[in-house]
Amino acid sequence: MSALLELKDCRLTYPSNARNEADKLALAIDHLTIREGDRIALLGKSGAGKSTLLRHIRHQLADRASWCPQDASLVPQLKVFHNIYSGALDRHSGFVNLTNLLLPSSHFEAEITALAEPLGISELLWTKADELSGGQQQRVAIARALYQQKPILLADEPVSALDKLQGREILELLVSRHDTSVIAMHNAQLALTVCNRVIGLKDQKLFLDCPVDQLSADSIGQLYQ
Amino acid sequence: MHFFKHFLQQRRSLRRLTFYFAAIALVCLAFADIVISTRSPGHELWLMAKGLVTPRIEDSHQWLDAVIYTLTFSLQGVILAAGLGFVLSIFYHLAWVRVLGACLRSVHEVFWALIFIQIFGISTLAGVLAILLPFGGTIAKVYGEQLEESDPSPARALLPGGGTSISHFFYTRLPLAFHAMRNYTAYRMECAIRSSVVLGFIGLPTLGFHLETALRTGDYSSASALLLTLLALVYSLRFWFKAKWLWILVPAAFIARPLSAQWSAANLGQFLWDCVPGPIRQDWPLEKTLRWLLWLGEQIASGVWNTALLAQIVLVLTGIFALLGSTLNSSHFVAGMARSTGDGFLLILRSLPEYLLNFIGLIVLGPSMLPAIIAMTLHNGAIIGHLLGGHSDEIEPAAIPSGPLCRFAYYYVPTLYQRFLAYCFYRWEIIIRETAMLGILGIPTLGFYIDSAFEFLRFDVALILIAVSAGMTLSADYISRKLRHQFLKPDLRPAHGSQIQMAPLTFRNP
Repeated sequence: MSALLELKDCRLTYPSNARNEADKLALAIDHLTIREGDRIALLGKSGAGKSTLLRHIRHQLADRASWCPQDASLVPQLKVFHNIYSGALDRHSGFVNLTNLLLPSSHFEAEITALAEPLGISELLWTKADELSGGQQQRVAIARALYQQKPILLADEPVSALDKLQGREILELLVSRHDTSVIAMHNAQLALTVCNRVIGLKDQKLFLDCPVDQLSADSIGQLYQ
Repeated sequence: MHFFKHFLQQRRSLRRLTFYFAAIALVCLAFADIVISTRSPGHELWLMAKGLVTPRIEDSHQWLDAVIYTLTFSLQGVILAAGLGFVLSIFYHLAWVRVLGACLRSVHEVFWALIFIQIFGISTLAGVLAILLPFGGTIAKVYGEQLEESDPSPARALLPGGGTSISHFFYTRLPLAFHAMRNYTAYRMECAIRSSVVLGFIGLPTLGFHLETALRTGDYSSASALLLTLLALVYSLRFWFKAKWLWILVPAAFIARPLSAQWSAANLGQFLWDCVPGPIRQDWPLEKTLRWLLWLGEQIASGVWNTALLAQIVLVLTGIFALLGSTLNSSHFVAGMARSTGDGFLLILRSLPEYLLNFIGLIVLGPSMLPAIIAMTLHNGAIIGHLLGGHSDEIEPAAIPSGPLCRFAYYYVPTLYQRFLAYCFYRWEIIIRETAMLGILGIPTLGFYIDSAFEFLRFDVALILIAVSAGMTLSADYISRKLRHQFLKPDLRPAHGSQIQMAPLTFRNP
């Protein structure tokens, strides 16, 4: 499998709140390779640097990756349909996009309905995003990520607001539609059922990196200690 | 003694800032020309009051014509200004767009009108352009700030840096700010009706034109009818100035009074040629040029001095009136019917253009700075008072109950003081702009010299003086930004300008 991205001696920092103080370290990684076909579960306690790593990978991959943020980040004033469609803005001309904003085209409507069906939000396409529950918003954000139709998926806690069963189904759908996925997850168990590789972060460092089938229950335990 | 030491040592003392502003205003007051020169102001007021309660429309055809002109000027002006402002706001991150916006709005619409009347004659185009340009500059700033303050995360969810294409703008940025932009546009429409009336005073065929005649001739019954018409227009806005009606209203406005002008290339050429400063245009000898420069310098010095003098007095009086007046619209002091009445009073004062109030003041009190001071204090104070009172609803009632006076001094003013200052600073540049403009009515601020330059067809002088007044407005804006940045809480600083923008007119239900 070819390498998509290689990180070497990577130190990610964020600016300190206090002035005249050095930037704070968010994550230090000596070496990390992401290969095509990887389905990576990114695990670790909150504050371990998962989001930082994801953001960095996203920055490196630029427009090859679709993105599913932790807080759905929808446009509350737009309908669900338009929020999902916004994932495809770069594929179409400005004229098509603006026309679709005023007069939704039936072609896109069919596409998006088909996409929304398995996510259970096809009934909500003409609801404004701010009228949705947290779980519904999250599924709209997932639909928007899917509609970006990129080969790589980067997702930050994509199913945190969904119940276990629904979360698993949707997670499976997400990874099946992308060649490569990197998914930051809180729920380790759920992550291990759909992924084939685990990256564990602890104390701003890479703590664990191995295929799921070689993973010992012990190491997961240590990760969350 | 200890108090004074503390007073001087504190770095960001709002108390000291206020003290300096008040002290400057007091010094200004000593230099200001304030007299009551009419023999019986009470009698004139009595006649006006009698006229007010006996409104009469003399010529209904003429009245209707003036109403249509007032509405079409303001509607066409605001819609075009919203378009211009919108386009500018998209590029508001570019420095030259911000400078362009600032320059457009630093010149009062009356001055724009004086210029355009020279080029296009007394015409719809002159009136609409006079509203379009300054309003476009203001709207660009507010829209720009509203867009800047909207949540960037939906845009970043699609592209790491947030997309910059037109499609991304319309899908992920505009919808977030659209509601606030629409509200602000509604408020600008209210301002445009006022401006449109004021343009009548300098000759355009709106309500103001007939209002001026009626007031000059002492026909207070007709004046009253026109005044009530103005209030009715402003009040009725919320019933008809709606997005879903605009599809009909805007074309109707352009059909009812199409944009037209008495325009000729020769005329324009002559005007532009006349705008070239005299010494260069006519190649004057040095000595004559020097005399001209001295004469011009004298006008600038006198105009700037009087404008600053008057504006600083008005700023402080506006503040005092606003603080006191805001209690009329505050749940901390009044409730129910009393509050509706109090707020209604503030809103009526706010609906009356300062030019009109000044004009009435001149008739009652005679020529001096006094009518201008009263007019601007009432108008601006009512605007801030209404907003401040409304905002006070958001703060908790005082923990320790006390009488209204103590509550005002120990709780209400201290809690609201930062926001109050933010409103005043925001209003400062507007007060300077208005002060300069009111010179047209005879006080020797910049407007007085600008008006007489136009009268003698000295367009070069007029333009230089207009540029000076624009410079004054821009410097007030600059100083107020600095002060807001240094003294106020982060959410009231210039970066969050739209939070302290004026909201559209709303009457409170009891």
